[in-house]
Amino acid sequence: MKVRALLGLLAGLALLLAGCGGGSGASAASPTSGDAAPRTLTVLAAASLTETFNAMKTQFETDNPGVTVRISYGGSSDLASQIVNGAPADVFAAASDATMKTVTDKSLTAAPPVSFATNVLQIATQPGNPKGIATFADLAKPGLKVVVCAPPVPCGAAEQKVEKATGVTLTPVSQETDVKSVLGKVSSGNADAGLVYVTDVTAAKGQVQGVSFPEAQQAVTNYPIAVVKNAPQADLAQKWVALVTGEFGQKTLQAAGFGAPQA
Amino acid sequence: MTLTDDASQAPTAERRQDRRHERDVALPRWMWVPAVVGFLVIALPVLGLLVEADWRRMPELLTSDAALAALRLSLETAAASTVLCILLGGPLAAVLARGRLPGLRALRSVVLLPLVLPPVVGGLALLYLVGARGLVGEGLRLAFGVTVPFTTVAVVIAQTFVAMPFLVVSLEGALRTAGERYEAVAATLGASPALTFRRVTVPLVLPGLMSGTVLAFARCLGEFGATITFAGNLQGTTQTLPLLVYLQRETDDAGAVALSLLLVVVAILVIVVARPRNTEGLR
Repeated sequence: MKVRALLGLLAGLALLLAGCGGGSGASAASPTSGDAAPRTLTVLAAASLTETFNAMKTQFETDNPGVTVRISYGGSSDLASQIVNGAPADVFAAASDATMKTVTDKSLTAAPPVSFATNVLQIATQPGNPKGIATFADLAKPGLKVVVCAPPVPCGAAEQKVEKATGVTLTPVSQETDVKSVLGKVSSGNADAGLVYVTDVTAAKGQVQGVSFPEAQQAVTNYPIAVVKNAPQADLAQKWVALVTGEFGQKTLQAAGFGAPQA
Repeated sequence: MTLTDDASQAPTAERRQDRRHERDVALPRWMWVPAVVGFLVIALPVLGLLVEADWRRMPELLTSDAALAALRLSLETAAASTVLCILLGGPLAAVLARGRLPGLRALRSVVLLPLVLPPVVGGLALLYLVGARGLVGEGLRLAFGVTVPFTTVAVVIAQTFVAMPFLVVSLEGALRTAGERYEAVAATLGASPALTFRRVTVPLVLPGLMSGTVLAFARCLGEFGATITFAGNLQGTTQTLPLLVYLQRETDDAGAVALSLLLVVVAILVIVVARPRNTEGLR
């Protein structure tokens, strides 16, 4: 999983470099085209948005010639602390209200954040669900190797909420530091089941099987987006937020399994 | 008896002479500038931690169940891994330094791999070897019903994997520097290989062994990447101090800083306790 992501990143970097090379060559040939100066929009986004935001990046770059969108994916709290510590960024899309709050608490957004998607937990099992897991309570069965996110991470906080709502206490074999690691432990066959987001199961394309459970609705995760204060490309940042909250963005997100934004 | 004493004291005497010489050799003055910058590169970040620390909450932060469990697990696993490094890496270093085998150079490159590889890659490699569907893991599961990931044993394996090269490199260097003269003399005096090893070789390379041991232990204490990928993270079982620091930072910076300082203190203790012999070994 991670290796593939890394390869994708490398390929992306190579493309980016190739693109830059071509761009500078073109501008050297026609130095008079002044207004089409290449601009770069920097977006910090939660790792769970990787597939959807990459699709939106392609759309955005087609709509806005001369603009390159650079997206840095990571754990929401990592990204939040980067903004708090002064990393240059235009847009921040977080996977939880709590992480966005660490940024708004320091008045580091240009406007109040808006919700653009929601996500719920789902049980990921081995393909074919050999252990016959049907409910959240099944995860507490003895002898089952269950992996969850650690409580400080957003997906772990959601899992704790579900435990509280159901009264079922899980005894996981590991509390991973992010949701993709949970997925990896299941898809590599080392864990029987894991709690991840619906969208992670969709993105895993058959490497794991998803089992929905009604209690997941007790812990809906909200995804807020905001333009960062003093963004170097403030106008482009606004356009990006409009794209994400607009028709194309919403269609892309919902195709990936995200829920409609919170009112 | 006299053989041992001579062997271990001869180099010490030489070293003392070296030190007397060093006092007479003046350092080029320009060298102070990069030296001071180099020192600051290491020292300033630690100072940053000290400045950031919330001293009033420190006792509470450091005595939480999670912190105590992680400290204990870190020390226990690092100690176990270091013992494994000595038991396996010691003989490995001896073979690399003294063995007469074709392809020894290629073998050494393999041994050095964990030094160069990012620990996460090591963790992935271990997962695909000993994990549920791994080459060895599948066999273990089918034959004994044993699974390794998510256990304390997995933490020890991960630490041993990343730390062993440190011990092997130090010890192999010491063995090469010491040369084979004393062993050869011991052999001509009728000592068996086993006796020569115990009475001549081991005392000769003891400083190198000590410094290697300290380096390996320190590397085990700091291990993060291979552990998180291979062993997972669970309080009391696989959650070592570096893993706890990484997680705390998600929600509680003060807690993460406090635990980081705890690691700094442990590291300083390791260096101070082992320092006299350690520096000798590096000379």
